Amino acid sequence: MTDRLPVPIGSRGEGPAMTAAKSETAVQDAATGARERTGAVSPDRRAPSRGGTRPAARRAVPRLPGAGTVIASLVLAVVAVAAVWPELLALRAPDQVDPVHALQGPDGAHPFGTDQLGRDVFSRVVHGARLTITLGLGSVVVAVVAGTLLGLLAVAGGRVLDEVVMRVTDVLMAFPGLLLALLVVAVLGPGTTNAMIAIGAASAPGFARLVRGQALVVRESGYVQAAVVLGLPRFSVFLRHVVPNSLPPVLVFATVHTGSAIIAGSSLSFLGLGPQAPAPEWGAMLSEGRDYVDLSWGLGVFPGLAVTATVVAINVVGTRLRRRFEGRTTHGEH
Amino acid sequence: MTTASPVRWLARRLLLAVLVVFGSATAAFLAMELTPGDPVRTLLGTTPQTAEATERIRHDLGFDRPLLVRYGLFLGRLVTGDLGTSYQLQEPVRSLVTGQLWSTVTLALAAFTLALAGALVLAVLTAGGRRLPRRIAGFFDLLTISAPAFWIGVLLLTVFSFRLRLFPAAGGTGLSGLVLPAVTLALSMVGTLSQVLREAMERSLEEPFALSAKARGTGLLGLRLRHALRHGLIPLVTLSGWTLGALLSGAVVIETVFSRPGLGRVLATAITSRDLPVVTGVVVVSAAAFALITVAVDALYRIIDPRLREVGT
Repeated sequence: MTDRLPVPIGSRGEGPAMTAAKSETAVQDAATGARERTGAVSPDRRAPSRGGTRPAARRAVPRLPGAGTVIASLVLAVVAVAAVWPELLALRAPDQVDPVHALQGPDGAHPFGTDQLGRDVFSRVVHGARLTITLGLGSVVVAVVAGTLLGLLAVAGGRVLDEVVMRVTDVLMAFPGLLLALLVVAVLGPGTTNAMIAIGAASAPGFARLVRGQALVVRESGYVQAAVVLGLPRFSVFLRHVVPNSLPPVLVFATVHTGSAIIAGSSLSFLGLGPQAPAPEWGAMLSEGRDYVDLSWGLGVFPGLAVTATVVAINVVGTRLRRRFEGRTTHGEH
Repeated sequence: MTTASPVRWLARRLLLAVLVVFGSATAAFLAMELTPGDPVRTLLGTTPQTAEATERIRHDLGFDRPLLVRYGLFLGRLVTGDLGTSYQLQEPVRSLVTGQLWSTVTLALAAFTLALAGALVLAVLTAGGRRLPRRIAGFFDLLTISAPAFWIGVLLLTVFSFRLRLFPAAGGTGLSGLVLPAVTLALSMVGTLSQVLREAMERSLEEPFALSAKARGTGLLGLRLRHALRHGLIPLVTLSGWTLGALLSGAVVIETVFSRPGLGRVLATAITSRDLPVVTGVVVVSAAAFALITVAVDALYRIIDPRLREVGT
């Protein structure tokens, strides 16, 4: 039982598992985030304790993808097509107004119905994919880049800088991520780019700690020590060995994090702080449609269904990727 | 540091809590400073003023002082409980916050109770059990985790307010107005809670003590209730930080969906209208509440699990 001693919240977990867990407090959560945190309960940092350390979970990763993964991949493929080439799927332009046919329920001509201006909800949902995905992925990119730079800076910059970075992230991670994002939006003002920066900034501390923890582990590993002993300059060892080997877990965590980033992005849009009208962002569409759902129920159902399906798909695929990755690194680490 | 004294431990945790509040206050101050635009102009609104009058007001409000002095003054006011004055409503932020606090606390408590009850039922019924119910519960978890809270809210509104007309569509303050927002907030959290609970319970069901209880003839339900549940509760306590955050950020979205008064809605409108003193006030107050509750939970933790006292965290 001793290997299941929980680590209290607020105690500083420097290990990668703990960091991953804490930053998940950031925004709303991804399915796998929950598992991430149970993993964090284990202080046994030698094993990559994120996720299923128990044998049953290991066994549950089959070589061939299951039906769930296949369906999830298909959903993601459709969303990707909609994001890249919406004209292929949409029936008309997203802003084509038709007041005569306003607020109609779903029928043959308008599979998802029409909104208060007679715009086709289906076409708007299709066109919205690009906005929502850009917002979500963009904020993940911001978080990964900022977090990685910060984490590497902490490792490379000496003890004082490390201490400063760690204490700042301590404070930043001690309160809810959406609140942080809202504060950033309050400063920058609403808009797509600003919402992206805000969500990215709010989740960057988690990534910074993950990178830092990982880089510290890599720095102590045999091949890095060997490179140092061979007399290679410290800086080039850092750049050529430590940095590339610290990044894979970050990319995996980024995949898992994407779902919650998309939810956070559309939540900000729903509050009117993301892409502005008449942009067909899914969250913004729901916020507009909220007042008309008694007249056209499609307005309240389909944009949300689009977000949910996308996030479910990302979570399913992300979990699978993460488990496969963990399976591979079990022997790699230490 | 093998056996940390509880007093010393508490002192350390409180210090960290103070640091967090101080940090959030500093972030709030920086946010106000970094915001483009002249706060005096914003305060005056569109009423035309002479240049001298504007300057006088600027001087009266202390906006012409150096940055560090203003920072000091800001912290000083904060210590005395003065959170500043709203740009838009010309009302002290403090009374704005205290006036709305109760509504949000009620919502959060109701939602948390519902979510916890739901997670307990789901996990106790399915942990370590048959494949089908576990998969169904797992899918439910995944679905509620992946659905944005505002969508759950809009769906419930569509069905229960507009179709069935069971609950008010907006602004209900009594019990009937609490039901839909609380259920929405609970649904947005129940998936994570039940997932964590179930996994912890299943882990403890694989432990030798569970096997020995089984060998003594304890049924599966009894095993879950009497043995696994206790172990499952510990990770739930670990999750309390996430839970608080989810309640708070959930309140922002859900109070907006249901046009329900509360702290979250105050925050959302303040951000849209760029009413920085209100934003920073709410952020500082919630950071303080957050930090205090976290300390309380950590203390609770050490009571629940005596093994922790030995570790000396």
